[in-house]
Amino acid sequence: MITVCLIDDLPPGESIRVTDGVPAPVAVFHTEEGEIYAIDDTCTHQDASLSDGFLEGCFVECPLHEAFFDLRSGRPTCPPAKQPVRTHQVSVESGRVLLHVSVAEPA
Amino acid sequence: MKSITVVGASLAGLYAARALRTQGFDGRLVIVGDEHHHPYDRPPLSKGFLTGATDQGQLALVDADDTADLYAEWYLGTRATALDAAGGTVLLDGDRSLDTDAVVIATGATPRLLPGPEPGEPAHTGVHTLRTLNDAQALRDDLARGPARVVVIGGGFIGAEVASSCAMLGHDVTVVEAAPLPLVPQLGDDMAKVCAGLHADHGVTLVAGTGVAGLQGGRGYSDHPDSPDRVTGVELTDGRLLPADVVVVGIGVRPSTDWLEDSGLLLKDGVVCDAGCVSSLPNVVAVGDVARVDGHRAEHWTSATEQAGVAVQNLLAGGTVATHRNLPYFWSDQYGVRIQFAGRRLPTDIPRIVEGSAEDRSFLACYERDGQTTAVLAVNRPRPFTRWRRELMRST
Repeated sequence: MITVCLIDDLPPGESIRVTDGVPAPVAVFHTEEGEIYAIDDTCTHQDASLSDGFLEGCFVECPLHEAFFDLRSGRPTCPPAKQPVRTHQVSVESGRVLLHVSVAEPA
Repeated sequence: MKSITVVGASLAGLYAARALRTQGFDGRLVIVGDEHHHPYDRPPLSKGFLTGATDQGQLALVDADDTADLYAEWYLGTRATALDAAGGTVLLDGDRSLDTDAVVIATGATPRLLPGPEPGEPAHTGVHTLRTLNDAQALRDDLARGPARVVVIGGGFIGAEVASSCAMLGHDVTVVEAAPLPLVPQLGDDMAKVCAGLHADHGVTLVAGTGVAGLQGGRGYSDHPDSPDRVTGVELTDGRLLPADVVVVGIGVRPSTDWLEDSGLLLKDGVVCDAGCVSSLPNVVAVGDVARVDGHRAEHWTSATEQAGVAVQNLLAGGTVATHRNLPYFWSDQYGVRIQFAGRRLPTDIPRIVEGSAEDRSFLACYERDGQTTAVLAVNRPRPFTRWRRELMRST
């Protein structure tokens, strides 16, 4: 389990890239609706950081090629991405955002 | 409409084929491609594929499920040689032909070549262009022979990316640009200057403002008597000679329309189309690099994908019912720096850096005209770039 940041430092609509203590970079999102999600940060299509992507509801648009990923399942909703990204558990406790990195295969 | 032929098994051709099926075309769908490969993504060819970070499998745009869903007949390794749209025929090499009711032209573009040695002459071996997977594989193999003096002719995005990849692989790289500064038409003087600075940052020599007079050939690489003749140097118009073991020519492309010369289609630096990607014949549409849509020909990944849906809609409707006006967008990765540009810039638009700094190679610049932002350039600033691009898409 990793403490990502204080929830106050991740307001709705924002994202953060986690690189320390994880096997591969993870992107943590706080949606405008108040949900918090974590997925692998690297787009499965080409090398782009999804934490830099545009957040729309519970979807993020890859900053390079406009592939959309569902933050809940990690699945891409349209080409060019074909492979899902992994999702990770994330929770807020005592004002801190906690990340539990999964090692499972993507959905 | 019972049969449609997509000529070009490219990104644009694939997206058109997908659009045909998703928009309900259930007739015979044929995809003709002159390469032997199923559609693949070209952008990594000058970047990750050259350095070895990306392998061929990762370039694939379709997997077995996708191809099955398309229910298409693939004619790969097959070149279309002529189009008789009125007669409903696409002629193929090997004296074959396809009967078809309609055609999607997605034949892309072909690299421009230097005037000079023909294939087979000594100075030709070791001289590369970069467009196809086979081109990239040949260059990659050549670079794997050992540390080389690489001369890249042309300082555009392809040239800069190849230079970056070669430098990353440890080669000694020089970029030759005929204009006083590369990328001025795309970015304007000030921002082009910043991007040109990336070469020097990473130990690559930029020789600008001089053309190429010719290539020299001979016994390169080693003094071994069996060593084959190949390129040994690049002669510049100012009289200098740059020794070279490998030469990459990246001086632009021309649309691949040779096969359409006698088709009756209106051609002018591409297949002339209206804003709906419909050519001068209603049963022929064009998409991607080969298409001149409403007076503009874009060589951009995003245009190729976005045009497909509109072109197919019009093809199936039998006339232009939808038009396409996208916001031009392109990106380039070089020396670990991501450059992204979106918008329609006029040469008189003034760039203003709104965050970051050029010295840090991390900034966002807005091009302005009469107080309005017309285009945006980001260097290592992907997040604000996306916001700006969306803003521009809404407002233009």
